[in-house]
Amino acid sequence: MKDDILLFDATLRDGSHAVKHQIGIDIFAEYCRQIDDAGLYCVIVGHGNGLGASSLQVGLSKHTDEEIIRAARANLKTTRLGVYMIPGFGTITDNLEPAMEAGVDVFKIGCHCTEADTTREHIEFLVKNNKETYGVLMMSHMVTPEVLLEQARKMSTYGARGVVVMDSAGAMLPDDVKARIGNLSRNTDLLIGFHAHNNMSMAVANTMAALDSGASIIDGTLRGFGAGAGNCPLEIACAILQKQGKLSDVNLYKLMDICDDIIEKKLNYTQGISTLSLISGMSGVFSAFSEHVKRASVRFGVDPRDIFIELGKRKVIGGQEDMVVDVAMNLSQKNKIDDTSYLLESLL
Amino acid sequence: MSKVKVAIIGTGNIGTDLLVKIQRSSVLECFLFTGRNYDSPGMRFAANLGVPLSDQSIDAIITDPDCCDIVFDATSAAVHLVHAPILKGLSKFTVDLTPSLVGEMCIPVINLEECLTKDNVNMVTCGGQATVPIAYAIASVHPDTEYFEIVASISSKSAGPGTRANIDEFTQTTKDALIKFTGVKNAKAIITLNPANPPVLMHNTIYALVGNPNMPEICRSVKNMEKRIQEYVPGYRVTLDPVYENGRITTMVTVVGRGDYLPEYSGNLDIITCAAIQIAEKYAMREGAR
Repeated sequence: MKDDILLFDATLRDGSHAVKHQIGIDIFAEYCRQIDDAGLYCVIVGHGNGLGASSLQVGLSKHTDEEIIRAARANLKTTRLGVYMIPGFGTITDNLEPAMEAGVDVFKIGCHCTEADTTREHIEFLVKNNKETYGVLMMSHMVTPEVLLEQARKMSTYGARGVVVMDSAGAMLPDDVKARIGNLSRNTDLLIGFHAHNNMSMAVANTMAALDSGASIIDGTLRGFGAGAGNCPLEIACAILQKQGKLSDVNLYKLMDICDDIIEKKLNYTQGISTLSLISGMSGVFSAFSEHVKRASVRFGVDPRDIFIELGKRKVIGGQEDMVVDVAMNLSQKNKIDDTSYLLESLL
Repeated sequence: MSKVKVAIIGTGNIGTDLLVKIQRSSVLECFLFTGRNYDSPGMRFAANLGVPLSDQSIDAIITDPDCCDIVFDATSAAVHLVHAPILKGLSKFTVDLTPSLVGEMCIPVINLEECLTKDNVNMVTCGGQATVPIAYAIASVHPDTEYFEIVASISSKSAGPGTRANIDEFTQTTKDALIKFTGVKNAKAIITLNPANPPVLMHNTIYALVGNPNMPEICRSVKNMEKRIQEYVPGYRVTLDPVYENGRITTMVTVVGRGDYLPEYSGNLDIITCAAIQIAEKYAMREGAR
């Protein structure tokens, strides 16, 4: 069964802000290669403010849009390749046409939440060319749910398949999200997405509130790698949805691996919840077991995540640190099994 | 000398602001204000001024070609593409205020004389009228400038449906004008609409990348340019004289409108309508002298 929730991965777009738009081309390629079969709907790449935004005003990008798109395109076979553009920064001639020619599948056209009519030319142009197109409303906390609906409806009449609501300042609380997303989902046929920022540690809660209110697109980033306080960490949203039994097609271990290998090690981004903290929460095992698990994992050559999951299955409690070694030893003797199936099976 | 007859097509913010300014002109007189809807705010405004109106858009000129010698087109880029050949056929001197780029790009302070020899001139964009002269002033001191970038922010309230529908052409045309007038190899234009209330004044920043800038010369050149623009756009102000920091030259410009049709915050209207009237008046005076 195909999941109803679409995962938009904006790591290589919003994350660009976090490193002043200096992500190397090898990272774009490697990231896309690794994430291609992880079960995401699309990967969005480019400068933090989208196509055409490399500038003295916002920050110059290390690589051109063209170079970035080419590197990503060559490494995505299953997952769709997406780009973002804000009219006023990029244009049809300079940016959208070259991106179409380079084989981009999904286009997101954004504007401030009151200016939807500035996206008309671009959305209509893309739809006319049979491109999958979404409107994006930025800084959505600044307007009422009614105004947001009015703006989203405009994007709908231009032909957008959906609208992504951005909480660009991380200023919303779950009730704000519910009011806005609920109003959109009750009154339009659009697919609705939510793009959170974590300024008040609400990114995940807000994303879940959006899903509960009718959103079906999560627009987030791995490890929350994004502007300022970062975004809704996709791997955490996925972990929660798997725990809730609402998401089956995503390879969570793969996402975690990319968080550790690329976001943390290669990009030196250390904000956010670590993989072990996440798996500890997901499996319901005392947080302070982490150091013990790390040591046992090295000693027995076992994935620390598997140790946590198994500890969770055994319902260990604080004070049972000795169980870590027992579990690790047992796991090391088991045949190597497929990580996804193991994870899912363990959760049942 | 009797006034030269003009027509305005397009009754939105730009067309209506033009009309108010033409009412003050000693050489131009509006004999037709034509659009599509008698109920539009601009049309009602013009009716109060007693200006001849039509809701037949350009057809009103086709059926009565003698109503004017100069036509201002304040519709949209796509519509002007249709209008341009018709107006050329009618031998009207056409001042295009859309970013259609059919005619020669005109920044009066730079190439007014050359434009007087054309039958269709394009007024670029409000952002272009505000920023290209500054870039030109810098490039005239430093022809070796590597890159220009401008950021124009205007209040949402002053950007009518036509401007919004043309945001793409607006961005592209402003960039093209930067390249054309300065000879720089690469340039960028960024446009933002700010919905803040009360509305913000039109604000523009011009960045330039120059190897070893001669700042005193650049400042002189920019201040001189400011004075020359103020001759036809009174509310034009350089609010940050060129400063060199972080390897770039930054200059900021604000345009305070005269408050003719829309309030003072709409300097973006004034900068382009004043430029359009400047070229039309010069054309009218030259024709009158013949």
